[in-house]
Amino acid sequence: MKNTPSRRTSGSSLVMIIVNGEPMEWEEGMTVRDIIDGKRYVFPLLAVWVDHVPVPRDRFDDATVPDGSNVQIIHMISGG
Amino acid sequence: MEKMKVLAEWTYVPAKPFRGYTGKTLKVNVGDMTFQSKDVSEEMKEKFTGGRGFGLKLLWDSVKDTTRWDDPENEIVISGGPLCGVTQYPGMGKFYAVFVSPLTNQTYDSNAGGHFGPLLKFAGFDAIEVQGKAEKDVIVLVDADEKKVQILESPFDDVNAYTVTEALHEYFGKPGDINDRRFVSVVTAGKGAETSYWGCLNSSFWDSHRKLPRLKQAGRGGGGTILRDKKIAALVVKTHDLSGTANNPADVGTLTRLGAKLHNEILTLDAEQCRMRTVGTTHLNEIMNEYHLLPTMNYKFGQHPDADKIHSEVYGKMFTQGIADGCWYGCTMACAKAVDGFTLKTGPWKGRKITVDGPEYETAAGMGPNVGVFDPEWTTEVNFYADHYGLDTISLGTGIAFVCECYELGLINKEHTNGLDLRFGNKADILELLHRLGEGKDEFALMVGKGIHRMKDLFADHFGADRDVMERIGMEGQGIEVSEYVPKESIAQWGGYFLTLKGPQHDEAWLIFMDRVNKQLPTFEDKAEALHYFPNFRTWFSLTGVCKLPWNDIEPADNATSYPPQEAAKVPEHVQNYVEVFNAVTGKNIDKDELVLQSERVYNFQRVFQLRLGKGTRKYHNIPDRALGPVWADEWEAREEYYDNELKATGIDPAGLSSQDKCDRLLKKRREQWEELVDAVYKRRGWDKNGIPTVKKLKSLGMDLPEVVATVEKYAKPEDQW
Repeated sequence: MKNTPSRRTSGSSLVMIIVNGEPMEWEEGMTVRDIIDGKRYVFPLLAVWVDHVPVPRDRFDDATVPDGSNVQIIHMISGG
Repeated sequence: MEKMKVLAEWTYVPAKPFRGYTGKTLKVNVGDMTFQSKDVSEEMKEKFTGGRGFGLKLLWDSVKDTTRWDDPENEIVISGGPLCGVTQYPGMGKFYAVFVSPLTNQTYDSNAGGHFGPLLKFAGFDAIEVQGKAEKDVIVLVDADEKKVQILESPFDDVNAYTVTEALHEYFGKPGDINDRRFVSVVTAGKGAETSYWGCLNSSFWDSHRKLPRLKQAGRGGGGTILRDKKIAALVVKTHDLSGTANNPADVGTLTRLGAKLHNEILTLDAEQCRMRTVGTTHLNEIMNEYHLLPTMNYKFGQHPDADKIHSEVYGKMFTQGIADGCWYGCTMACAKAVDGFTLKTGPWKGRKITVDGPEYETAAGMGPNVGVFDPEWTTEVNFYADHYGLDTISLGTGIAFVCECYELGLINKEHTNGLDLRFGNKADILELLHRLGEGKDEFALMVGKGIHRMKDLFADHFGADRDVMERIGMEGQGIEVSEYVPKESIAQWGGYFLTLKGPQHDEAWLIFMDRVNKQLPTFEDKAEALHYFPNFRTWFSLTGVCKLPWNDIEPADNATSYPPQEAAKVPEHVQNYVEVFNAVTGKNIDKDELVLQSERVYNFQRVFQLRLGKGTRKYHNIPDRALGPVWADEWEAREEYYDNELKATGIDPAGLSSQDKCDRLLKKRREQWEELVDAVYKRRGWDKNGIPTVKKLKSLGMDLPEVVATVEKYAKPEDQW
């Protein structure tokens, strides 16, 4: 996974990532699981790409997301 | 049971399936008591593939342009398809029933598991057409063991589903050998289907573990109503000619290899994915609630604080675990869950201990939060009686939700309902309404059972109810009730429900996540592309006799990392499995593009069929306000910040506006977006501005059959060309 250094320059300024096209506040050490929980994405069939690189499901808990990343969390179609 | 009287009989030599087809169809007319067998031509296979395709083709040849649902020439056509009966690969026991629907007066197709589809084929027929109207109740028997088809006088005073099904499994099974009852399958409706347009078809299978028959439903569209209108108590098929290779496939080795791969996926991954093997489709209950998609109180809301009470874990504890609950042999997904030892608290079988099939998600949501009830025990009782009376639980849920809102708005009152207090959540009176529907005598229940489309007329005419309000909140399209997902948050799902062939059912396209959560469909063209691909891909299941669930309610471990996001949603490896399974059974050599082409042929044929019956144009693709957005202030205020942002995104500042003003302004914008969506979808599908397939499109599909082209030319207008 891409390891972009943080662009945070001041303790007070917000740094952001993009999740499914919308801005989300970023925190140091943020993992894919943190984003999923923060968004309350409870659906089990999720596929995640961070800067166009896929993240396996078994790495959601420990895969960190760099500041400024473009994150796609895709809900597969189920049900219906 | 005494020996049944034979009213008419026809003998035949059962054709053995070869590469998925028997090459024969059967037509039984219960009016003039005649039988006919027809050959299946190569052209029919090429153009219509099987299943729903065969059903539509046979129905087209049997009805007139003016045929309505209760005309004797209307038929119920049941067909499995070439893959129906495969046991190596999970989910291949479905049949599709096709008919002119009482709710919509156009063609409808509805599918069920159970053993009827496979057994019908192994009894020698790719399809059965049932036509005519009997003078008194009859049973149609296809008996491959005795090589005869019979019309029998029905001995049943009580035509409700469990009564008839249990008796017929026993009657046609070998005396003294309970396990022999698995060679029988029965299709029934029920007493409620006689007076309601919500009649379902119950398809049975013998549960060898529980030693009783189970019922799966072709619930939607009113097929059961037609069965009872024809005075048919049951269709029965019986054959001992069952084996894992009864389809006589071209390549058993490939079937076995692909099946083993999927079995392994299900057994190793289901517990961490959808948990279909333990909770069935109720795993969706809490998910839909979390994403504001759980229909609550007539789709006013998508979320409710009491939703935990209907959590899948609650249902999981009610379902008997550790039994292979597949509704056809070889299905390791085994999602046909059941509640055993359930004691009924009300109704004609009060106090009796029974097994209830389900509830599945649609029932759990529809006869649950949508009517304001969060009580799985109550929903389970409703589920049993709905099946027993032969009523579709989806139309029931959405229809009664509409009634409850009408009641709470004061459009109808206790005098109109014959004493029932039909506020949301009043479990006792809602259940009593179900029993009155089942009995078919109460005047108000008779109105309800005609469906929302007609209730709007009946409530306005009989009770003076405000027609405009009912139009806004009645969740129906083309005459049939919406299934159990809140569509107002997704423009693409407006199309997934309301730009369908037969009305708002979720089996064409479920795009809410792709559109609303994943943000994968930002433009109208993107939405139109999805509303082209998914309906056509999913139609294929209905042509071949395949269950949709093993396609994407389980996915390969590396699906998400092996494909880009747009492709991964299609579960490409499973699509390729279907291509290879089809080729392994039929000996043909299709690819994934040909698979979609097979569907697109039938999809466009069915669209023209609706046109032939006087429907199938743009004005029938109607959508109620409630499907587009919040209608009343309390809906807005339940998610105020969210909807304020939605309004801002349209360029309207919500500051200073009342909640009702905001609702009205957002709806006005969304109705403009709806028209834009319709245009984009029609263009992508190769239809004109009025929603009619162009002759050019039909030619490109090889579906420019003379009668099809003639129908299009009769209705298409030059000013509707793009």
